[in-house]
Order: sequence, then C-alpha cells, then structure tokens
Amino acid sequence: MALNSKIPAGPMNEKWNDYKGHVKLVNPANKRKLEIIVVGTGLAGASAAASLGEMGYKVKAFCFQDSPRRAHSIAAQGGINAAKNYQNDGDSVFRLFYDTVKGGDYRAREANVHRLAEVSSSIIDQCVAQGVPFAREYGGLLSNRSFGGTQVQRTFYAAGQTGQQLLLGAYSALERQVALGNVTQYSRHEMLDVVKVDDKARGIIARNLVTGELERHFGHAVLLCTGGYGNVFYLSTNAMGSNVTAAWKAHKLGAHFANPCFTQIHPTCIPVSGDHQSKLTLMSESLRNDGRIWVPQQKNETRKAVDIPEEERDYYLERRYPAFGNLVPRDVASRAAKERCDDGYGVGTTKMAVYLDFSDSIIRYGKIEAGKQGNVNASEAEIIELGKDVVKEKYGNLFEMYDKITGENPYETPMRIYPAVHYTMGGLWVDYELQTSIKGLYALGEANFSDHGANRLGASALMQGLADGYFVIPYTLGSYLADDIATKSISTDHPAFVEAEKKVSDRINTLMNIKGTKTVESFHKRLGKIIWDKCGMSRNAKVLQEAIEEVQALKKEFWSDVRIPGAINEMNPELDKAGRVADFIELGELMCKDALDRNESCGGHFREESQTEDGEAKRDDENYNYVAAWKYVGESNWELEKEELNFEIVKPSQRSYK
Amino acid sequence: MEHYNMNLTLKVWKQKNTNASGSFEIYQVKDISSEMSFLEMFDVLNEQLILEGKEPIAFDHDCREGICGMCSMYINGRAHGPWEKNTTCQLHMRAFKDGDTIVVEPWRSKAFPVIKDLMVNRSAFDRIIQAGGYISVNTGNAQDANALPIDKKNADDAFMAAACIGCGACVAACKNSSAMLFVSAKVSQLALLPQGQPERESRVLNMVAQMDKEAFGNCTNTYACEAECPKGISVSNIARLNREYLSASLSTEE
Amino acid sequence: MGLTGLFLVTFLIVHAGVNACIFINDGGATFNAAAHFMSHNWVIRIMEIGLFAGLIAHILQGLLLWKQNTAARPTKYAMSAANENSKWYSRSMGILGSLLLIFLVIHISKFFVGTKVAMYADGGANDASHNLYLEMKEEFQKWWVVLIYSLGVISLFWHLLHGFQSAFQTLGINHKRYTPLIKTIGVGYTFIICLLFLLMPIAFYFGWIQ
Repeated sequence: MALNSKIPAGPMNEKWNDYKGHVKLVNPANKRKLEIIVVGTGLAGASAAASLGEMGYKVKAFCFQDSPRRAHSIAAQGGINAAKNYQNDGDSVFRLFYDTVKGGDYRAREANVHRLAEVSSSIIDQCVAQGVPFAREYGGLLSNRSFGGTQVQRTFYAAGQTGQQLLLGAYSALERQVALGNVTQYSRHEMLDVVKVDDKARGIIARNLVTGELERHFGHAVLLCTGGYGNVFYLSTNAMGSNVTAAWKAHKLGAHFANPCFTQIHPTCIPVSGDHQSKLTLMSESLRNDGRIWVPQQKNETRKAVDIPEEERDYYLERRYPAFGNLVPRDVASRAAKERCDDGYGVGTTKMAVYLDFSDSIIRYGKIEAGKQGNVNASEAEIIELGKDVVKEKYGNLFEMYDKITGENPYETPMRIYPAVHYTMGGLWVDYELQTSIKGLYALGEANFSDHGANRLGASALMQGLADGYFVIPYTLGSYLADDIATKSISTDHPAFVEAEKKVSDRINTLMNIKGTKTVESFHKRLGKIIWDKCGMSRNAKVLQEAIEEVQALKKEFWSDVRIPGAINEMNPELDKAGRVADFIELGELMCKDALDRNESCGGHFREESQTEDGEAKRDDENYNYVAAWKYVGESNWELEKEELNFEIVKPSQRSYK
Repeated sequence: MEHYNMNLTLKVWKQKNTNASGSFEIYQVKDISSEMSFLEMFDVLNEQLILEGKEPIAFDHDCREGICGMCSMYINGRAHGPWEKNTTCQLHMRAFKDGDTIVVEPWRSKAFPVIKDLMVNRSAFDRIIQAGGYISVNTGNAQDANALPIDKKNADDAFMAAACIGCGACVAACKNSSAMLFVSAKVSQLALLPQGQPERESRVLNMVAQMDKEAFGNCTNTYACEAECPKGISVSNIARLNREYLSASLSTEE
Repeated sequence: MGLTGLFLVTFLIVHAGVNACIFINDGGATFNAAAHFMSHNWVIRIMEIGLFAGLIAHILQGLLLWKQNTAARPTKYAMSAANENSKWYSRSMGILGSLLLIFLVIHISKFFVGTKVAMYADGGANDASHNLYLEMKEEFQKWWVVLIYSLGVISLFWHLLHGFQSAFQTLGINHKRYTPLIKTIGVGYTFIICLLFLLMPIAFYFGWIQ
C-alpha cells in the first residue's frame, strides 16, 4: 500500500479552511459514546485530551510521570512563535510558513507547515484566555522577541519558562475536564503496546508503574503524544524518562517511522564533565546574541581562558561565516564546534568544549551605560561593573544556572559550551490528518515527523505541539470517528487484548529472566556512545555501517546479559528502563540505516560525502527529495517507502550563511 | 573551581511499598566527584547496588534541570538539600565534603503517602487543581490575545506565582505539612489576571476545601515554605489567598 | 487565630496601661482607682465576658490546629534542620501558648479571683477595702512568684513576636509598603508590653516602688 498523505486539493492557503468546511462531523450524542485514548500529557497530549474532553468525547489520558504537569514540554525555555504581526514588522502566515519550510531545509510537507502557520495565532489567544502569563509591555500588551534564523519578532515568551507556562495552561484545562468527568487520568502508567482489532487501533496495554500490573484499555482511537527519541543518544537535553517505547510499539505493529535520522543538535549546552554524567542542560540560544564563540589558536592549550591574549584566539564562527557570525543556525554552529574540538582545539578538562565569551559585551554595554550616566572618564573597572549589570539583567537566570551546575562564574571566565542532542524532527509518519499508517492511531507533537523537515527553528516545537492538540486533531479525528459511530465499545476480553497483554507480559518475563551481569544503564550508555560517535553531528557510510553492526551486537548482548533487579509485580524503575532501552537499541539501528540511505546533507543530517569544497552541507534534491518512511518487516529488517515532497510555493535553494 | 573526590556515608529511607513499614539503610559510596549532581551520585550508588545483587533505591526524578518538579528528597533535614532556591536534581556534590554522612528521607506528609523508598504520591496536588485551578475556557472560545491589556505589574506578579513547579517542597518543609503556598500560588496567579475574575470566588473556596479534604495541615506562618521553595514563591501569595478566601466566604450565598 | 489573637493584643494594651499606673509610685492610689473602675464599670464588665470568650476561642483554635497539624505528618523526619528555614519561636507557638496558659491560671487565681471574691463573697462586704495594689506588693515579695511571672512574660514575648505580624498575614494583609511597618510596630509593641509586665514584679521585689 502506497502512503497517502491525504493533502487536500486547492491552493495552499485555502486547504485547511476548505478541509474544515467539508470534514465529517460527529454529533454530540454520538461523541459521548466514543472513547479516545491519549498517551502522553505534554503540550500535544494535554491540549488534545482537554479539547476532546470539552467536545464531549470520553477520554483516557496516560502519562508515566506522577502528574501530567511534569511532561518534558515543561522544560522549554525560549518561546513560542505565532504569526500575529503585533510588532508591525511585516510578519504574516506566509512568512512563518516560508521560514519554517526553509529552516527545515526543504524536507517538510508544505501543506502541514502552512496549516501550522495558520493556527499559530489562535494558540496565543487560547493560552492567554487560560491565564498563561506571557511577558507584557508597560501598556499591557504582549511582548515579543526575535529568535534564531528569522527577521521578524514573532516569539511570545514567559521569561525563560515558556514551556512550563504553556504546559501548565494545557494541564489546567485537562484537570478541568478530569473534574467534569470527561477525562480519566492515569498517571504513573506506561503504554507498552497498541491493540489492533481488524487492522484498526482499538486500545492499549499499559503497565501501572506503582503495582506493576498490566491493564487493558479500549479506545475507538488512540493518540500517541509521546514526544521525541533524543534519549537514544543517552546524553541529551531530554528528561530522563523520555522514551520512544510507545512510538516504537506502534511502529512494530505497522506504523511507518519517518526520517529517524533527523535529529537536532543544539549548539549551546553545558558540556559533559565526566563519565557519571546523566543528562545535559541547554543554555538558551539567545546567549549567542551577546556571546562570542572561540577556541585557542594553539592545540592542547593549557592556559586559562583569561590568560590567552586576543591575537591567539580563534573566533571561528566569525572567521568562517562573516555575514552571520555567531548567529548562524543551530546545525551550522554545532558542526563548527565539533570540527574545532575534533581537530584538538577544544577547551576544558575533557577538551570537548568551546568558549562562549561575554567579556566584549560586558565592556560594550558598560561603555554605553557610562555614556548614559555622563561618566566620560569611567575607569575600566567601573565600565566592567556597569556592563555586568546589563548582562545580568538580560541573562541573569542562565548565568546562575551555569554557575550552579559548573561552579564557575561566567561573568569572570567564559562559559564552556558544547552541542547536545535536543530534539528529533523524525517520528511516526502521519498523513495530513495526523493519522499514522495504522487506522485509528494518531501521532501528535514531537512524536510525529511532519512539520520541521530536517531542522527545526527555535520556538517552533511549542507551537507545533499545541497546534496539533488544540486545533488540528479536534477536526481531523472526526473524519475517522464519523464512520465509527456504530462501533460499540469492544470488551477488553476480546482475544486481541488477551493476545497483546500476553505478548507484553512475555517480554517482561523474558527480560527479568535474563539475570545477566550488566546494568541497563551501562547498555544505554554504550548505545548512546555508538549513536553519538557514528550517527551524530557528522556521518559517513563507513561509520554508519559499523554502527549498525555494533548496535546489532549490543542488542544480542543486552538480551543475554542484562541484569534487572526486583520483581515484576511491584514498582520497579529498572524494569521500566530496561524496556525503554531495548526499544532504543532497535531504533538506533533504524536511525543508522536511515542516515546511511540518505546520502545527502540536509539540516541536522550531515553526510561527509555530500559537502561543498569548503565543508558546508550540500543537499541533493534530485535524489532525496522525499520523506523516508520505514516499514517494519521483521527483526533488523525494514522496507523503505518514499513520500515524494512537492514544493509548490517555497522553491528549494541552497542555504548559505557566508 | 577545584574539583575533588569524596567518600560518603548515606543513610537512606527504604520502604517496599505504601503499606510496608520502612527503615533507614546505610550505604558507603566512594570516589564521588564534586562535579556530580546529587542524583548522579545516587545513580552511581544504584549501579553499585545492582551489581552487588541488591535492590537499588527508588527515587523520583525526570527533567534533571530543575523545572519538572518531580525530584523530591529531604536531605540532611531540608527539602531539596542545603542550597537556596534549588531542586534536588540541581544540587551538586560540591555542597558536601569528604567523610560526610548524608541523611536522605522522602517528603513526609499524610497527604503524600510513600510509594516506595524516596518516592511519594503527590496526586493530592492534581486534585486541588481539579477543584478549581483553571479558567473555564474551551478551546476555540478565545478572543484576540491583545484585546485584553493586562497591567504589567499584575502580569509580572501572576508570572512569579505561576513559576510554582508543584514539587511539594513547601509541604515537606512546613512543620504542619501545609499546602498553602502551593494553593496560594495558583489562586494568586488567576486572581491577579482579568481572565480569572469570573470564577474568582468559587475557585478559592473550592481549592481550599479540597486542600483541607486532602489532610494537609494549617498554615501558621513560619514561612519555611518560602525559604525552601526552589522557585522562590513568596508568602505574600498566602496572604492574598487568605484575603480572597475571607472575602469569598463573606460574600458567598451558600 | 489571627482575629482572636489581635483581639487579645488590644486587651494587653489596656491591661499593661492600667497596671503601669503602679509606676506613678503614689502608694497605689491611681492604680487602685483604675482597677476599681475596670472591675465595676458595666461596659467593661460586658467586654470582660468578650475577653474570656476570645481567650477561650484562641485556645480552642490553637488546640484544633495542634490536633490537625500533628495528624498531617504521622511519620516525623529523622533529621530536621528547621532552623535553616524558619525561626524557632514561629514553630513553637503551641508550646509557648501552653506555657502562657499555665501562667494565666496562676495569674488569674492570684489576682482576678481575689478581686471577685472581695466583690461578691459575704455580699461584697470587703469590696471597698480590697486593695489590689497591696496584694500585688505582697505577692511580689516572694522570689518564686517573681520567677514564674518573669517566665510567663518571656513566653509572652516570643509568642507576641511571631503572633503580632502573623495575625496580619492570616487576615490577608501583606503589602510591600505596609508590611515592614507592621512588623516594626509588632516588634515595638512586643518589647514595650513585655518590658512593662516584666518590670512590675521586679520593681516590687527590689522595692523600686512602694
């Protein structure tokens, strides 16, 4: 069966309106009879569950955390884009659409992106109505800031906690529906399989993480809002619990997995400090507005940063990209840092870091402040003090966080930063209606692949999660359910449920009975190292092939030598983790396979074989202008199905930041 | 910052499940780097325990960047340990020195029953939000966001209150296990905004009623909550809650 | 708690004010006149009932809080570093209040009951000749009475130091501009009231007033 993306006919800017005007509806009396399962309660899941509950569907919302409010959307710092044009700077739906397609390096589906840009504005309205405390100007109106790679100010924000505030807004809407009885909440529950009846998704098997019991839940439709898979790298900015398990189970049952190799490496993270490291912390991209990135000109430099004179520093981004300097897009900045460190110019104890230096900005701001005060004879010390105050006002909380984690004062000595895995553009393949290739199974938010192509722009993840949950799925789900109103609730004693539960329970038993010698964590670390080294910021055919073999070997070893303590029928975090790592290992193999197949460089995917003479990424539109949707056939065996991309509006061109 | 390694003695609460009775276990950890986070030290200990064939220690954690509110340890007699305005996951080992003994307990409150070891059940907080911690606006009902200007001062105060991460450190630190800081943060956020006005009275009455039902203690204004809150939520919110509650109680017709 | 507390706070002003008449050092004439007025004026007598009602309410509220708050944490912490996050006396209002209550029982049995007995026993025959000042003077010659009173006042001091500003917080008054002022007044009030009360037994004991 060829993939049908179900993109509505008609001009780009009328598709969504036209779709909404003609999509089938479910009448209120029937909605009450229809049950929907929502897995994950981040921005996409919470907003979908709340909206569907409001509409009258019977919703069950699942999350593995102790409360829906803790989903990892909460950690997003920067902001959320919307084409409001409140700043009168020429923004429009078209520009947001254009920037997103271009930023994604022409590997996203235009129709989806256009819809995203269209609904972006309603998201801000909805969130404000919910009481989300966005930053405001003195006149009481909303404030905007600019964000990486765009020329307009369209980013709405709530200090450095935009994700938190948006999630709490969606969470409160969800809790309201719980109180009204429209949504039942299952916290500390993890979905371990999808149940299919007659080729349609009809429920899930979930494990109660407190008691260890397996539960069967029926739903007329199942929505996976389970986030990205960045933790396949072990070290990432994702939460410790973020995992691919739900999406992977769906994939193994027939849902195609699209563009798995598209991962975003964020350039400004606090570097790894040692083997014990469990997680990486992002420092907002906004720091690159005032910080200058450099490494020493000498290899294996041992002097402290402040002792290295100006002429012995290499401001490599300014050198390589004079037009954009320190403000090149995320993928370009990340690769350049890696290149310097790989060549031996890295700094810090691990030599895997570069400096992000604010001393120039401190002096520049200090001079401006001194000027404002009319202090013409300000001493250097005075200027520095004044400048520090300005920098503190702009980035105080980030500097504090850096200090807390590293114990170093970034006002005195440059920050050390290094790229880290941050977001995954790939995910379950979905059509225009967000339906996967399994009928009745949907994927929303980071869990799907659809809107960001090969690279996501800053402040667009929050936008997509909420767009899918608040404004897309409430319409598109009706198209499927309208034909399903006659379907009675299926008993969870149905053989399909019994069989699915047995499969899950067998797997758990197998895992527990391995009783090997190595911890789950040690396997996860090794997997992460393979994927990071060989399918990370820069990839080539040789290492990818090696990686596939290594991952396969690791998988064998895992299934014969992992040690899981404790028992099945109790709270057992090691068992939870083991299931997730087992799925990550399988995904890791597919990622390498996808990266190997795509012999072009685009966005976050850099193939060394496909670069320009001066080492920049080179796209190959002739051969790779498609979404790689992988169909699971059997163990280590996938079939590639291609969804060709048509660019009607935004014509692909090579990006340049020189 | 000089890095150093340390050996530590840990005294950790172990409890099999909610109904079991628990007790302290003593563990030794060696060569802990001052650069590690507190939870990474626990990771190291758990790896060691698993390899020795023992049960690892269960503890809640997720984002490990101080925002999800999942981590919850009572360390040496303080919620989230010795650092100010900090979560357990952001506490780093340079707060300790070689040879220290560290006592780690779960949040203690009737409303937060222990699930296992250091994990507690904080679903009472969800139920308090369900009682009224929202603005009743269905998706699609909203007017244009800028149609409603909001005084910057109120917007900023609402934001400061909304910064609450729901970790429960306020309850854990309070000698009465009171949840007033948590409840007041949500009540304040919504009472300060024009969008929150229509349900202002019912919200505060219902949320307080639910809080009492969950068996949290009463506020006696010791302000331990504010001192231990990782996000620095101010007790002035509790005063606002009291004000809102008094005025709503007096004007309600029921 | 806050409301009854503030009510008792106002009572203390009156009580301390009337008693401070002893410092006029006129052999108790002013003080006895004031005391006589306080015990015989019918408006004050009605307020006296209110005072006892307020006191009992304050105590009952306190007991209820104690019961609920103890129940809210059935398992105590093995290690507590509460001094890092709060003042000891703010956490000790129950125990300070209990000490105060013990003191009050002694205090009332000594002076209040004496006055009432004089007023009503034997048809009020001794009412006119009853001299509260002399009674005080006599009592405060005993070192142990002075000690009990001093301890009572110290308990009162810590109780008020927290209670005064806490009452405002409970009533919802916490304001960037006014709260510092309320706190200052609270501390001033506490010092003045407690100093006055403390000086009474001590002044009699050391014979500073006759």
